[in-house]
Amino acid sequence: MSALTIRNVSKHYGPLPVLKDINLEIDSGEFTILVGPSGCGKSTLLNIISGLDTASEGMIEIGGRPMNGVAAKDRNIAMVFQSYALYPSMTVRRNMTFGMECRKVPKQQQAEILDRVARLLQIEALLDRKPSQLSGGQRQRVAMGRALVRDPLLFLFDEPLSNLDAKLRVEMRMEIKRLHQRLGSTIVYVTHDQIEAMTLASRIAVMHQGVVQQFADPDTVYNRPANLFVARFMGAPPMNTLAARLEMVDGAVVAVMGQGETAVRLPAPDVAQTWAGREVVLGIRPECITEPTRHFSDAPGTTVTVAAPVEMTEPTGAETIVVLRLGGEQALGRVAPDIRLTMGETARFAVDTRKICLFDPISEGRIA
Amino acid sequence: MMAWRQRWDRILPHLVIWPPLLVSCAYVLVFSVWTTWVSFTRSTLLPDYSWAGVRNYTAMLASRNWQIAFTNLFIYGACFVVLAMAVGLLLAVLIDQRIRGENLFRTIFLYPIAVSFVVTGTVWGWLFNPSIGVQKLVHDLGWTSFRFDWVIDRNMAIYTIVVAAVWHGSGFAMALFLAGLRSVDADLVKAAQIDGAGAWRIYTRVVLPTIGPIFVAVLVMLLQFAIKTYDLVVALTAGGPGLASTLPALVVYDFMFQRGELGRGAAAAVMLLGSLTVVLIPYAGFRAWQNRRGAARV
Amino acid sequence: MSERLLARAAIYGALTLFAAFYLVPLAVVMLNSVRSTEDINHSSVIGLPSVYVWGNFAHTWSSYCIAEHCTGIQPYFWNSLRMVIPATVISTLLGALNGYSLALWRFRGDTLVFGIITLGVFLPEQMKLVPWAIVLRDLGLFNTISGLVLIHVIQGISFTTLFCRNYYVSIPADLLKAARIDGAGFFRIFWRIVLPLSPPILIVTVIWQFTGIWNEFLYGVTFSTGENQPVTAALIALSAQISQAPQYGQQSAAVLMAAAPTLLVYLFGGRYFVRGLTSGAVK
Repeated sequence: MSALTIRNVSKHYGPLPVLKDINLEIDSGEFTILVGPSGCGKSTLLNIISGLDTASEGMIEIGGRPMNGVAAKDRNIAMVFQSYALYPSMTVRRNMTFGMECRKVPKQQQAEILDRVARLLQIEALLDRKPSQLSGGQRQRVAMGRALVRDPLLFLFDEPLSNLDAKLRVEMRMEIKRLHQRLGSTIVYVTHDQIEAMTLASRIAVMHQGVVQQFADPDTVYNRPANLFVARFMGAPPMNTLAARLEMVDGAVVAVMGQGETAVRLPAPDVAQTWAGREVVLGIRPECITEPTRHFSDAPGTTVTVAAPVEMTEPTGAETIVVLRLGGEQALGRVAPDIRLTMGETARFAVDTRKICLFDPISEGRIA
Repeated sequence: MMAWRQRWDRILPHLVIWPPLLVSCAYVLVFSVWTTWVSFTRSTLLPDYSWAGVRNYTAMLASRNWQIAFTNLFIYGACFVVLAMAVGLLLAVLIDQRIRGENLFRTIFLYPIAVSFVVTGTVWGWLFNPSIGVQKLVHDLGWTSFRFDWVIDRNMAIYTIVVAAVWHGSGFAMALFLAGLRSVDADLVKAAQIDGAGAWRIYTRVVLPTIGPIFVAVLVMLLQFAIKTYDLVVALTAGGPGLASTLPALVVYDFMFQRGELGRGAAAAVMLLGSLTVVLIPYAGFRAWQNRRGAARV
Repeated sequence: MSERLLARAAIYGALTLFAAFYLVPLAVVMLNSVRSTEDINHSSVIGLPSVYVWGNFAHTWSSYCIAEHCTGIQPYFWNSLRMVIPATVISTLLGALNGYSLALWRFRGDTLVFGIITLGVFLPEQMKLVPWAIVLRDLGLFNTISGLVLIHVIQGISFTTLFCRNYYVSIPADLLKAARIDGAGFFRIFWRIVLPLSPPILIVTVIWQFTGIWNEFLYGVTFSTGENQPVTAALIALSAQISQAPQYGQQSAAVLMAAAPTLLVYLFGGRYFVRGLTSGAVK
């Protein structure tokens, strides 16, 4: 069943468009992430779903019911905010029961629900404190608790982890994932952090300039990005995007980067035949450029070895990021930490050609 | 039933918000427009709505009372604003030196703002009164040629108002300056210290420039206060001797209620508002510019 | 090291000198209020009492003659109190409500409405005197305490709205969104979420309104006469009358009693006033 349908939603403030014709269909129990750089319209879209903002055009359905003209409080949703938005003058207990109080839930039932949620989130000991007496992680839990007491059709999360420090963010991320698996609730989650998107989502909607660039599962978004924007936005470090020229050599498509002696040739997918002789943008993830001893697959031609000058190395401990030149253009590779590379010298690297993507340099859409 | 209730819930806030908002807007607009209009009529003792053109304005501008009052306003306004800001800033800087008894000093400097102008004027009137105040005290101590009779001296009377007003208003300036000084980023001061700047240089080159907006706010507040000054003069000198310490606000009242020249009084009031506008418009412009710059930085 | 000591001495010296300047009027009033008229006339208003005369207070409070009414300042004091309390409470509440709707429930034209209301802060009293006279006459409130309350409430709304609105804009928008999703409406959000956050600014507006209204003179003297005047107007009447035969002792007692309420309010609330003023009201 579709839990949330967004149909032809547009939003503009005066002449300034913020959202352009958004269409999304989200199934019950799905964990959907809206991801994109700041100003891409993801938070506006979330506010429109919640009923805190209104769309200029288009409609929203929650649980099959059209939501036009329905107030936020009547949409049967719950929301967790980036700033947590805990009521400063109320205790944790009051914060969590305030919504039920507004909906006139009987006291007895309020207590039972509060009890259950507090136990689930392990915040029983905090119930009589004020938000100012809580740590960042505890506030985050309480904010989730306030959403959970409602048992809504839809949970909305607005960058809920971006105010936490790095370590706590990873912990809470796992906790949210565990909660989702346990409760099976439908979640729409906004973030600008693509790692959060990759780790949590069942489907990711990548947004840019008010348009959904791609709406797909994390694997597809990562390995088969719909366009150059998605390719460059997802992944850290991002996908290398290099200018290349397609040529037909012995009936196979070959991407050539650079000129003359330093030119690098990589086999390209066959579907790109029609682009032979034209300029394209070749996309390849840094982890697909690695030490020459690696063997990616038994299929012939999947592993190609190239020689490239090393410009710089950045050891991170678990691996080393290499800045190298591929046919005159700068690219990043990732090698095992025990590989020794000298700056300025040319080294050999194995390239996983199965993961190569090709993009149209004009429309920026993916060709193959 | 349900729909009716929902509609009621939606309407009720409007019923509560709008009356006070509208009343406070209407009062500002209607009252200013009405007084401005009356200033162009032949009104004398009672409003008379026959058109008189700018006659009231020319009459007021030509009248001796108004000329003296406006000259006085310039002297008083300039002296008061400069002194109150200087004293306020000095006190704020002194208090900012991590002194003992900060609360006590701050309370002493600030309590005058709680005292009415009527009381301020009355008490300073005694102190300035040559037969009972400071001059008498000094005479009693043996220095019989000492003279301190500003309050009955035509050339000096306006300065008694300045002293009393500075006594009343400088503490407020101090409080705002102090808040400004305290809001300066401590790292900025540390950086200046590491750069080798002395206390004087840190204040003049680093701290004071960053609280520039507070200067402007204090300046505007003191200026508009100076233009509106009324009760202080009534209680201290009643505008005298003669007209020596009168101010535009007193002239307006005099024409409106004592002489029964409503039209001329209204014209004077409009010109008073005009001089306030001269102060406020640059300020509004400054704030707009500041906001735009702030927005651009974010 | 001695240079540093010298600097500290200079700082404390300057502060003490200024403190003396600020304290002189208060000391003069306090000392004179327990001196006899002969004592003052014999020397000056600056001096210690030769004998303590405690009767000045009782006399000016309840039996001194002001403009042919020998009731002391007592009735005028009560007039002021009956004016200042309702005017302060009502204008503060309306200002909080206005500030709340202007800051947190944006609507079309809200900045214009706010701009006009703020203009009221700067409008000189003289622009409003005659219109107020007409309004009070038409409402039959001339020479009544209620009339003065009405004036101070409406004029006060400009200040209280300005203060509250500037304070409320710093309340995070997310807090309101969360409350709306929780199902709270306009009034519940005001009552349960905004008001509990308001004490700092309400202290500022209450102190501001209380001292402003208590100390106000022009409207009191223009729109009320005789026994209906507030205490500031009575003080002026008293000193006008006294100028023939000065009685500084009694007058000092009157001044002290008339200034006592605002001085006490300030003494107990001044700390919060300055803190609140600088935290939100003045931006």
